[in-house]
Amino acid sequence: MDRPARASALAFEGGWTYSPAPESTEHVRIDERYGLFIGGEFVRPAEGRYFPTLNPATEEPIAEVALATDPDVDRAVRAARAAFEGPWSRMKPIERGKYVYRLARLIQERSRELAVIESLDGGKPIRESRDIDIPLAAAHFFYYAGWADKLEYAFPGRRAAPLGVAGQVIPWNFPLLMLAWKIAPALACGSTVVLKPAETTPLTALKFAEAVQDAGLPPGVVNIVTGAGETGAALVNHPGVDKVAFTGSTEVGKIIQRSLAGTGKRYTLELGGKAANVVFADAAIDQAVEGIVNGIFFNQGHVCCAGSRLLVQESVAEEVIDKLKARMETLIVGDPLDKNTDIGAINSQAQLEKIRSYLEIGLAEGAEMHQSSCPVPERGWWCRPTLFTGVSQSNRIVQEEIFGPVLAIQTFRTEEEGLAKANNTPYGLSGGVWTDKGAKVFRMTRGIRAGVVWANTFNKFDPTAPFGGYKESGMGREGGLHGLDAYLDLDA
Amino acid sequence: MLAARSRLPDLAAVTRVDEVGVAERVARFTSRSIKKESKVEALKMVLSMIDLTTLEGQDTPGKVRQLCQKAMHLHDRRPGLPHVAAVCVYPTLVAVAKRALGDSGIKVASVATAFPSGMAPRRVKIEETKIAVGEGADEIDMVISRGAFLAGDYAAVFDEIAAIKEAAQGAHLKVILETGELGSLDRVRRASVLAMHAGADFIKTSTGKVQPAATLPVTLVMLQAIRDYHAETGRMVGMKPAGGIANAKLAIHYLVMLKETLGNAWMTPDRFRFGASSLANDVLMQIEKQLTGRYQSADYFSRD
Repeated sequence: MDRPARASALAFEGGWTYSPAPESTEHVRIDERYGLFIGGEFVRPAEGRYFPTLNPATEEPIAEVALATDPDVDRAVRAARAAFEGPWSRMKPIERGKYVYRLARLIQERSRELAVIESLDGGKPIRESRDIDIPLAAAHFFYYAGWADKLEYAFPGRRAAPLGVAGQVIPWNFPLLMLAWKIAPALACGSTVVLKPAETTPLTALKFAEAVQDAGLPPGVVNIVTGAGETGAALVNHPGVDKVAFTGSTEVGKIIQRSLAGTGKRYTLELGGKAANVVFADAAIDQAVEGIVNGIFFNQGHVCCAGSRLLVQESVAEEVIDKLKARMETLIVGDPLDKNTDIGAINSQAQLEKIRSYLEIGLAEGAEMHQSSCPVPERGWWCRPTLFTGVSQSNRIVQEEIFGPVLAIQTFRTEEEGLAKANNTPYGLSGGVWTDKGAKVFRMTRGIRAGVVWANTFNKFDPTAPFGGYKESGMGREGGLHGLDAYLDLDA
Repeated sequence: MLAARSRLPDLAAVTRVDEVGVAERVARFTSRSIKKESKVEALKMVLSMIDLTTLEGQDTPGKVRQLCQKAMHLHDRRPGLPHVAAVCVYPTLVAVAKRALGDSGIKVASVATAFPSGMAPRRVKIEETKIAVGEGADEIDMVISRGAFLAGDYAAVFDEIAAIKEAAQGAHLKVILETGELGSLDRVRRASVLAMHAGADFIKTSTGKVQPAATLPVTLVMLQAIRDYHAETGRMVGMKPAGGIANAKLAIHYLVMLKETLGNAWMTPDRFRFGASSLANDVLMQIEKQLTGRYQSADYFSRD
């Protein structure tokens, strides 16, 4: 059957446009230089070295942060140990819970400042840091605060004891939210922590450290050490650490897993992904298009559970791709602090180069690339929303995690084929299914081997829902009841 | 007139609508921040898109003449403002409005087809339409037979729209779906497709006599149906949300949605209207606020 020729594209450029609506930065306080947060105080690093953290939208430095080396990490772990042995693990759980509640409220009270700093330091649009990152971070603290005195009900019939000192290493894509995922359950369960934020986004963790002081937590319960990979390695390999929690790349996750073998340390790893977003012909097409956009362009595609592979049923592929291209034209790329920005800056030059290398790989593999026509600022690191068509399972841009606003589109004919393609990947962090048929939703969501599978939506997070991966996407679960397990010593 | 003779499309093949997804998309429109020049431009555009409406049993020639005066002179103390797009009345008052508006360029829209219920025999509806056009109506706002639609008799609804289109003799036909009585966004989408294929020049949400009247989600679904119909046929159908749009902020949300769904070509009174009775004064108040920095009392704006 001939499809009717699709009429000329709609005109979105020009006409009535939105005036700039920048979020005010007047209420934001950022120090010129930050020390390490150890034992309840900001201290100088042992070697006295500092490094700048840049605003990816301007390439300008925002502040200097301390570079933690082995002696600093050792000092932080000792402080955490002392706090664990001392007040924290022996405190009545209900009192511990009050501290965690206090942290949740402080995040809420400072949410405006935290949101602006998150966008300045990381490049994400203020709409997302304001509406998603910061509220969710507070929600995690509220949720786990509630568990603090109810752990015996979480694991009936078993005795749940605090675990010890947790060494936590978090990524740059959701800085404060990942901190919340790590610190909230640890504190609620009676553990103490040494956390290393990513070197490109340390600022909200340091602002959180100020909140820890203001909340009056016993010194050493929360310690923040800043630095790059070497600092992280020092923390992970420190013999005084009982448990390692890492979120980041699969490559680094494997190194950590190797280094932990035989040490007896517990660990949870939340690693990469290459999620399939599977759109059936009977889906609500316009809402599926929104879900595809949200799945891959949320946070510039710097999302481990991003829906970076679109699998669309062949009979609607042309329609879906046309609509997707039109929708991409309406996405506003630019100043992360503008309230109307949909897509902000790429987090770092290194990440931008990695994304660009994948665009070249895609073109060299013979795929067809389409980018939205939007203007991007001259300074800063930017990538237009991008999609590739004409690709198959054997393309590298289909197999490997790009971690940018780049979507690879493939088609499928039958449900079996769609499911097989969805699962034909070394990753298994997330997935999406779009169909109006309830039975198909259940078959597909049971069939996709991934830690979280969304039906008729994508990238939805909640503190009550466990999150984690299959295969090379990691091990262990964070969030929900399952997330408590990782920070408790449960007797058999 | 070619479109009017097109066939009833297969409504079962019309894409489904997911209400949760629609609500999420709408939330994005309402979180756009419209400030400064773009706000003033939007407010003026809203004024130019208003169908100033009075549809009451107590309407009189005097009331309609006053409304027409307002339509032509929204707020003369502030020069450079546009006039509204049309005045919308019952058929018996079309002639009054037509005379009052003269050569102002403001159109006269008449409701017809046993507005608002549509519960009359088809020949009565056809006759009423012809009378309204005979009195000088430039635009006809008809209602669909919701009963027939809900009973699944799509062919009857289709034929009736086509018949009214013919009776309207070239007057612009706006087809009111009365979405508040359709019960689901899936049906809104199907009714939109049906009405466009039957010859609608505009599709319109509501009579204003049923709650809920126009909402952002319902309007989004209709705009998406318009976009797909345009992609298929090349014909540009207009959109008119009506009822419940009483303030400038909400009207601007509609414009954001229009801009991001259909693009610039629809950002004109020829393709988008607000059916409203009290919207204009709030918009005027906001324009004064933008230009002077102060809010003024409602008594500084004429109410007709």
